[in-house]
Order: sequence, then C-alpha cells, then structure tokens
Amino acid sequence: MSKLFPSLEDALRHCGLRDGMTLSFHHHLRNGDGVLNIALAEAARLGIRDLTLQASSLFDVHAPLIDHIKSGVVTGIETNYMSSGIGRAISRGVLKKPVRFRSHGGRADAIDSGRVQIDIAVIAAPAADCMGNANGLHGPAACGSLGYAMPDALHAKHVIVVTDHIVPYPLMPASIEEITVDCVVQVPSIGDPKGIVSGTTQITRDPVALAISRMAAQVIQHSGLLKEGFSFQTGAGGASLAVTQYLRPLMRQLQITGSFGLGGITGYLVDMLQEGYFRTLMDVQCFDLKAVESIRDNPLHQQISATRYASPSAKSTAVNSLDVVVLGATEIDTHFNVNVHTDSNGQIMGGSGGHSDTAAGAKLSMIVAPLFRARLPIVVDQVLCNSTPGHTVDVLVTQRGIAVNPLRADLNQALRDARLPVYPIEELKQMAQRITGTPHTARPRGRVVAEVEYRDGSLLDTIRAVD
Amino acid sequence: MKIVREAIAGTLESNDVFVRVSPADKGLNIQVQSIVLGQFGAQIEQAARQTAQMLGVQNAVLSLDDRGAIDCTIRARVETALLRGAEVQA
Repeated sequence: MSKLFPSLEDALRHCGLRDGMTLSFHHHLRNGDGVLNIALAEAARLGIRDLTLQASSLFDVHAPLIDHIKSGVVTGIETNYMSSGIGRAISRGVLKKPVRFRSHGGRADAIDSGRVQIDIAVIAAPAADCMGNANGLHGPAACGSLGYAMPDALHAKHVIVVTDHIVPYPLMPASIEEITVDCVVQVPSIGDPKGIVSGTTQITRDPVALAISRMAAQVIQHSGLLKEGFSFQTGAGGASLAVTQYLRPLMRQLQITGSFGLGGITGYLVDMLQEGYFRTLMDVQCFDLKAVESIRDNPLHQQISATRYASPSAKSTAVNSLDVVVLGATEIDTHFNVNVHTDSNGQIMGGSGGHSDTAAGAKLSMIVAPLFRARLPIVVDQVLCNSTPGHTVDVLVTQRGIAVNPLRADLNQALRDARLPVYPIEELKQMAQRITGTPHTARPRGRVVAEVEYRDGSLLDTIRAVD
Repeated sequence: MKIVREAIAGTLESNDVFVRVSPADKGLNIQVQSIVLGQFGAQIEQAARQTAQMLGVQNAVLSLDDRGAIDCTIRARVETALLRGAEVQA
C-alpha cells in the first residue's frame, strides 16, 4: 500500500474534489506559505468552482486567491485572520458571500463539533513520511508546531499531506498521525523559509512602546498574580513582547518560577524557559527560528493543538489556566470592547486569532497600546468592529496611564494602592484628544462583507464594505 | 512673505508630514493627502492655512503628504518649508 501520489492533482482527484467542496489549510508557514496557492491553482486548472476556503489564517502571500474569487473558483472564505492585502480586497467587496471570521479556539470547536465540515484538508508539512506522519520540526521549511492543523486532520473527510521533505517511515514525532491521512504528495517546495519564521524576534526600541511595557509589567506585579506557578502569554509585536523584558527582573527578585508560557512562542520565551523562569512552554505556533529549534530539541517545550489551546467546548484548555495575557488593539472603546479586525477606516487588516479566546480565559487580560497612533486616539466611543467583548477585557495600559474595567473593582483598588496612574477610560480618551484634536469618524455603510463569530458560535459583529 | 523657489520640509515617517511648497500667482492653494484624511482632513488644512497666514504668505502652492502628524508638527513643518521657499535665513 502506498499513499504517495505523483502530483497534487492525482491526490485531489483521489479525494473526490468537486464543485462546492470545503478545503482547509493551516497557517504555520505564514507569509511564506506556498501550498494554499498551489492547491487553488490546481483546483482552478481542473475547472472546479464554488469552493469554500477554511483557512486558519490568510496572508498577503495568498494574493492569487483574489483572482480565484473573481473567477468563481472560491466563493466562500472562513478564517481567523486576514492580513491587510487580502483584507483590502474583501473590504472592497470582491467576495459576494460575507467572510466568516472565527477565533483560533472557535474554529477548533466548530471543526471538532461538526458545525464546520471539511471535505479535504490540505496540510503543508515541513517533514513527512510515506504514510503521512508529519511534523514541522525538520526540513527546509521547518516551522515548529503544527497545532492549528490538528483539528483539520482529525475531522476532515479526506487529508492530503503536502511536503518537500520525505523521511523514512516512521517519522518521529508525528504531529499529524498517519491514521487520518489519505494521500502524501511531494512537491519541490512548500514555502519560502524567509516568510515562515524570522531569524530573531527583536524587542522594540521605540521609547513609547517601552514606557507602555514597563507600566504593563508594573500592573502584573501588583495584580496579585505574579507568584510561584505564574503563567503568561504575549504577542510578538511592539509593546507586547517588551513586557517580558521587564517581567524577568521582577520574577528573579521574587524568586518565583512560572508554570508555563503559552501561545505563539518567540525566542524570548525560549530564553526564559532555558534560564528557568518557566517550567514549560505550550506552543501552538512558533514565531522565530529559536522557537523552532527549541520545540524540536527541548522536551519541556511542548506542542499543543488549537483545541487544547483555546477551544471553548473542550473540558478544559490552556487558556483556562492562563494568569496573564498581553494583547494589542487597533481601537478600544469606553466599554472596553476591542477591535483587532479593521483599521480606523473600517478596512479589514487582521482578525481575532487567539485574542478573544485568551481574553476570555486569562485571569488578567491586558490591552497594551499607545494613547494615540498616527494621530488616532486608541480609545474611541464605539469600536468599528467588536472583536473581543469588553466584559472579557480587564485593563488598558498606555504610556500616559492605565484604565481598569469597572467590572474589576479589586484590580482598580490594587493598582491605585500601588500608586500607579489609574484613570477612568473616558479620561484617557480626552487626554489623547487634547493632543490630536477630535477625529471625525465615519462608519462604513456598504453591504456586509464579513461576519465575526464569537468563540461560542454566536454572531458578535459584522464588517461593512468601504469605498 | 513671498515664495521664490520650491522647498520641502518633513519626512514620510509615521507621525510626520512631508511638505512641499512652490511659488504661485494667485492665492493659497493647499493640497492635503493623509492617512487620516477622513478623521482630520479639515484640521490639517486649517493648520497649514493658519501657518501661511501667520507668516504673511499670500501666494503659494502647499502640498502636504501626511502620515498622522499632530497639529504642532504640521505647523512646524509648514513653517520651515515656507521659510525655505522664501529664502529667509534662520
């Protein structure tokens, strides 16, 4: 028996590809991914139409998708994130049917529960054997964790593993197990390593971002959560990652060891693991080369599935045990609702990813952002898109001051007792507007181009077309 | 103050504005491009106009490529561009 197919075309035929099917893809190869483009080009060449794309995230490298939409090959998109190049086209209405946005946890649940049915999962695999055991640890396109592909592999009717690095059977360890795989296809390249992981993730040197992250670390310090067994997640961008730089000396001073670092993992968290600041890392996605090496070589750095990361219907997930998450925002409103889907003109340029999952799960969910960015105040009266509901957001930290959600009177008191600059969120809004002036906001009024589904499956908001 | 030559000031960095000024015959012609045009277009134009009037510039083409500069930045960049265009020595 062989699962090796000479071409993706043969594998797609074997899996019964036809009009109207749902194809799924994971995004661990990020902006270096070649497989989604290859698969859609193949489907287009075979004359297939009316496909629904079930992608954990879409990046600008997937721009050929726009032509497949225009030609009717793709007529539906469901995803957790969309970078601005694709988002611009969607915001201008290229796709007739609204995009369905989910969170990372919400997508895993939708697939696990059968609310979303995948006909064929096309899994880009940096390393695989002839029976379809696959992982992201080896090969020229090594990306580390394959966590987001795991629910797809388990529940899709058919699974095709696409790799550029075949190893002798059995591949060890198997992130994707052969029991779910129909076909294995070898291609010359599954992606461009330069777009997959950055060499190193640098901590920002921007003084405003550093001021924000220093204050954020002080909030954590006085939240009552910084003690033995502390657990932590942060994004890789701007002020978020820099928070870890100020946490280290605090943890050393208190002589505490954290239980786990979670999420998209960077070299910075790997350093903290190696130096004993955390007992373990739980990794659903690697952001840089150091993280890829660590998950391959260090058994304390463990891979987790999207389901275990954040599914709301699992009996428990990692986000439920999370103490602190540090998150970004394009806008936050005076009710603490956060927008990470659109820019300030309402044009799509992102998505929830794990934002709303971690905000709901963590004991302290913190938004870090500059008071204003390119003249636009971060605090607005009403966000253009509600990505993460305000009742799950505990605190906003800016370089000029902190606002605590009125639902968290305990935290408000603790931070005031620590003499941190705590203000009502309306005051932060006015502070910004005294510098920037009052922005004229016009909400997009076009037809609905995207729907934002909350992690529990309910409709949280809609996004309208812009000109 | 009379604009006698083309001049520039500012950069295209985020939070800055790039200003180009050139001589003109009749009146102030102010063109604004901005990443926050919808939110602040009128205020940007007004800041540029007031700065020109303050310096007594009656005839000029002012072209602003704004990357989210706040008012004081816009005024400073416009003033510098106008002084350069008028060949005023600092």
